[in-house]
Amino acid sequence: MSLTRGDVLRIAELARLALTDDEVTLFTKQLGSILEYVDQINALDTAGVMPTSHVMNRPLDRADEPRPVLSRRDVLAAAPEAAIEAGLFKVPRVIG
Amino acid sequence: MSNLADLTLVDLGKRISSGDVTAREVTLAALERAHALNGSVNAFRAIDDDGALKRAEELDRTRVAGGTVGPLHGVPVALKDNLATRGLATTASSRILAGYIPPYNATVVERLEKAGAVIIGKTNLDEFAMGSSTENSAYGSSRNPWALDRTPGGSSGGSAVAVAARIVPAALGSDTGGSIRQPAALSGVVGLKPTYGRVSRYGLLAFASSLDQIGPITRSAADAARILEVIAGADPCDATASTEAVPSFTRELTGDIRGLKVGVPRAVLSEGVDAAVLESFQEALSTLEGLGAVVSDVELPHASYGIPIYYLIATAEASSNLARYDGVRYGFRAALDKDASLKTMYERTRDEGFGAEVKRRIMLGTYVLSAGYYDAYYLKAQQVRTLLRQDYDRAFQRVDVIAMPTTPTPAFRLGEKTDDPLQMYLADVFTVSANLAGLPAISMPGRFSCAGLPIGFQITGRMFDEATILRAADAFQRHTDWHTMAPSIESRAVAIE
Repeated sequence: MSLTRGDVLRIAELARLALTDDEVTLFTKQLGSILEYVDQINALDTAGVMPTSHVMNRPLDRADEPRPVLSRRDVLAAAPEAAIEAGLFKVPRVIG
Repeated sequence: MSNLADLTLVDLGKRISSGDVTAREVTLAALERAHALNGSVNAFRAIDDDGALKRAEELDRTRVAGGTVGPLHGVPVALKDNLATRGLATTASSRILAGYIPPYNATVVERLEKAGAVIIGKTNLDEFAMGSSTENSAYGSSRNPWALDRTPGGSSGGSAVAVAARIVPAALGSDTGGSIRQPAALSGVVGLKPTYGRVSRYGLLAFASSLDQIGPITRSAADAARILEVIAGADPCDATASTEAVPSFTRELTGDIRGLKVGVPRAVLSEGVDAAVLESFQEALSTLEGLGAVVSDVELPHASYGIPIYYLIATAEASSNLARYDGVRYGFRAALDKDASLKTMYERTRDEGFGAEVKRRIMLGTYVLSAGYYDAYYLKAQQVRTLLRQDYDRAFQRVDVIAMPTTPTPAFRLGEKTDDPLQMYLADVFTVSANLAGLPAISMPGRFSCAGLPIGFQITGRMFDEATILRAADAFQRHTDWHTMAPSIESRAVAIE
């Protein structure tokens, strides 16, 4: 399975990465050869095999009970830009 | 104070609780050594002199007042820098978390502190634990104390170096595809990846959630047992932390492995393994046999698919986990024109904040989860993962543990594999299976190479049976002295300048 520049640009858009031209060139080549290597799994017959998404053999459920959480002030203090008193993260304007 | 550096955690603990040395003296010695060696080995991202000394002094006051806090009273430890520490910068060796100071502690940090450990600093890693050499760190690679031009392995390379260089007797790492065991092997120390779910991951900066596990790096199996019994067990903050009872691993170290059935997957060793590694492994098997273990062959027919399925599943999960780094909530945000859009802010922050390997994995993971490719790659990999788990289930009907080399070669040179990501991935060929199957595995040093480089081998056990692999590793170490070898790093450090 070979990968085109167009594929790489489309994936970068989905992944929210503004790649440079050099990165697009490099990743087209490198991701192509990684995909070629991993393609070997498609030679195996897996008809009827259940997929493993995790190896836990017990349910992951717990009672939905309120517990102490981090303070809003502490969390906002770790942000690049925040209005701490107002309790808000600051981001570029979204609606004109 | 240099003799303090050679003590194991268990011996150091005894000397502190008997009043022979104070926690402050031990901590000061560890801090001094960390500062003295870090220029040569780059093990630490940050050294917390003030916090560590303050904590040590508190512990000394408690002891003078007649008590110890817990089983690790006064013992200095280091933490991989992808574990959240309240008030102490946590970067995952990524530029995207530059300046991030977590408002909370990881559960393992809480448990270590409660047991009396003194955290002296945060160790270097491949960015977000993605790599096998620490060369993907945004802050420079760590160096192997046995040969400063070589990698200590990764991704928990800084933690392995901190222990190998006798700065601390124990450090924590995280292991998604070998990131505790591989650097332990290449640096000549012990690394334990516990069973999936054995240790809470609350506060571990997530890489691949179905694979990640936190564990200890130490010089002896007995020390790994001591750390594991402190950090293991259920946690309301992590739904994947198992409620399985935590045994006293220390008490299981009887030294007796007579009749232990050891399986060896010979087919896996048929190609691409360095002769010195095979020789070291054979000798280790003979030692185990000499102690009464019974060695036989086992088959893991799907083990050769480990690397492909690992790099499909781990990258898919990483692309999802790392979506949270978007310049809004923590760390770094790209400098932008004032009319830049939110989307531009995301894209520029992520392109400037992440390094090449992290971007490569996010891209691969996004691709294999995208419409049209999900079935051929991600779903297929999950199915082959089931086949691999079944291989282990069958093998464990016949044997108690499975032994393999930890890595195909001793430590490689820095720069040797950086241009070819696929070659770097193949360094994990013997370690990824334990993560994919959720099994506990421990790496320990065996005979070194002729060139004096450490070589590790690993023992994998049944789910939640760390007791057996720790007992086997401890029995091996009672009869060998590879784990007591120390690199003569001071003279090497001078030689390189």
